[in-house]
Amino acid sequence: MMDINDLRGLSTVFLMVAFIGLCFWAYSSKRKKEFDDAANLPFADEKLNQETMKEESRHG
Amino acid sequence: MSELNSALEHPTYNYKVVRQFTVMTVVWGIVGMLVGVLIAAQLAWPALNFDLPWLSFGRLRPLHTNAVIFAFGGCALFATSYYVVQRTCQVRLISDKLAAITFWGWQLVILSAAITLPLGITSGKEYAELQWPIDILITVVWVLYAIVFFGTIAKRKTGHIYVANWFYGAFIIAVAVLHIINSLAMPVAMDSFQAYSVYAGTVDAMVQWWYGHNAVGFFLTAGFLGMMYYFVPKQAERPVYSYRLSIVHFWALVAVYIWAGPHHLHYTALPDWAQSLGMVMSLILLAPSWGGMINGMMTLSGAWHKLRTDPILRFLVVSLSFYGMSTFEGPMMAIKTVNSLSHYTDWTIGHVHSGALGWVAMISIGAMYHLIPILFGRERMYSIELIYTHFWMSTIGTVLYITSMWVNGILQGLMWRAYNQDGTLTYSFVESVAASHPGYIVRVAGGAIFFFGMLVMAYNLYMTSRKDVELQAAPAVASAA
Repeated sequence: MMDINDLRGLSTVFLMVAFIGLCFWAYSSKRKKEFDDAANLPFADEKLNQETMKEESRHG
Repeated sequence: MSELNSALEHPTYNYKVVRQFTVMTVVWGIVGMLVGVLIAAQLAWPALNFDLPWLSFGRLRPLHTNAVIFAFGGCALFATSYYVVQRTCQVRLISDKLAAITFWGWQLVILSAAITLPLGITSGKEYAELQWPIDILITVVWVLYAIVFFGTIAKRKTGHIYVANWFYGAFIIAVAVLHIINSLAMPVAMDSFQAYSVYAGTVDAMVQWWYGHNAVGFFLTAGFLGMMYYFVPKQAERPVYSYRLSIVHFWALVAVYIWAGPHHLHYTALPDWAQSLGMVMSLILLAPSWGGMINGMMTLSGAWHKLRTDPILRFLVVSLSFYGMSTFEGPMMAIKTVNSLSHYTDWTIGHVHSGALGWVAMISIGAMYHLIPILFGRERMYSIELIYTHFWMSTIGTVLYITSMWVNGILQGLMWRAYNQDGTLTYSFVESVAASHPGYIVRVAGGAIFFFGMLVMAYNLYMTSRKDVELQAAPAVASAA
C-alpha cells in the first residue's frame, strides 16, 4: 500500500534526477557553442544602443 | 507619421522609462536611507521621536523598510530589467504606454505607503504592511509590468533568452504569487483601510514567512542576480565566467529558496518537522548562492587589474563579496541551535544589512553608475573621483553597521540566556538594552556614512545630466603596477 510518505520519498528522488539531468543537459558538449553564443549576447547590440543614443540627442 | 517611419527604419530602445526609474532609484534611496538613519538614531537617543506619533519608531520602521526595498530596490529593478530585456532581446519594449503606466503607478504605490504608514495604517505583516486598497494597486501595476517584460521577450530578435532575463522573469512571477497569496484579506468595510488576513494562527505565521523569506529570495536576490549577470560582464567587458553554471545556478536557486521560510519561526508553535525542513533547505541554499557568487566573481578572472582603475567594477565585485558573506551567514543562522542565540537580537538586523547595504544597494549603485552616462548621452560619469569617494563611504558604512550589530546581537543573546544557580535570570531585559547603547551609536555612524554617500551620488548624477557642464578630468591612473 502506498501512503503519503512514499510520495514524499518519490518526490525527493524525482527532484534529484531532475537536478542531475539538468547538469548533464547544461554541460553536454553538444550545447557548448549555443551557450558560448548566449554568453556574448550582452555585447551583440552596440549598434542599436548607438542608434538610440543618436535618436535621443536629436530630440534633446 | 514621419516619426513612425523613422522608428521602422531605425528601431531604437525605450531609454526614457529606464531613465525615469534610474533617477527615482537615487531619490528613493536617499529618502529611505534618511528614514533609516533617523530610526537608528532613535534607538540610540529615544528623545528623537519628539513625542509625535507619526515619528515614532513603530511607524517609521516599516516606512524605512518599504522605502528601501520597494522604492529604492524596486525602481532599480524596474530600471535595469527594462534596460537589460531590451538590450539582450535586441528589441524595443512592447509598449511605451504600458511602461509609462508602470512607472507612474509604482510612484503612486510609494507615495501611498509614505502617507499611510506614518499614519499608523498597517496590516502588521512584516514587509507586507500596506493595506488592501494599496495591495490591489500593487497587483495591477505588477501585472502590467509582467505584460511589458514577457511581451518584450516574446517578440525578441535573438534566438536565446539571456540568463539575466530568466532571473528577472522568476522575480516578477514569484513576487506576484507571493504578494497575492500573503495579502489575501477581508476588509472590515468598503470605506475602511482595516482588513483581516484570511489566515489564522500558525498558518498565518507560516504564510507570512513563506512570503517574507521569498521577498528576500526573489525580490532582493533573484532580481539583483539578473542585474549581476548583465552588468558585471558588461562593465568587465568579458562574458560571464560560465554560462552553463548560470543555468544550474538559476534552477537550483529558484527550486530551493521557496522552502526556506520556516527558519523565521524556530522554537514557535510551528510543527517541529516544518522547522527542521526550513533549516535543512536553508543549509542547502548555500550551494546555489555561492555558485552564483563564484560565477560573478570569476568573470573577472584574468582581468583583476581592472579593479584598480574602475570604481564601478569595485562596487559590483564588493557587492558580490557581501553577497557571499551574507549567504554564508544566513544558513548558519538558520541552524536551530545558532538561531536560539541569534533570533530576536540585533544579529538579525546586522545580517539583513550585510545583504541590503552590501549586496543589494552596492550592486544597484554600481549598475546605476554604468547606466547613467548611457541614459544621459554622456561618455562617462561627471566625476570618477566622486565614485571612488562613494565606494569607500559605502564600504566603510556597511562594515561599521554590520560589525556593531554582530557585537550587539551576540551580547544580547548571551545576556538573555544567562541564568543564576537558582534558575533566575542573571540580567533584566533593560540591562541588555543599556549594554547595547555603544553599538547603537556606531550603527548610526555607519548608516549615516552610507547615506551621505548617496548624496555624493545624487550630485554626480545631477552634474552628469547637465549637458552644459563639462566632465571632470579622469583621475591619473596609478603608474605603480
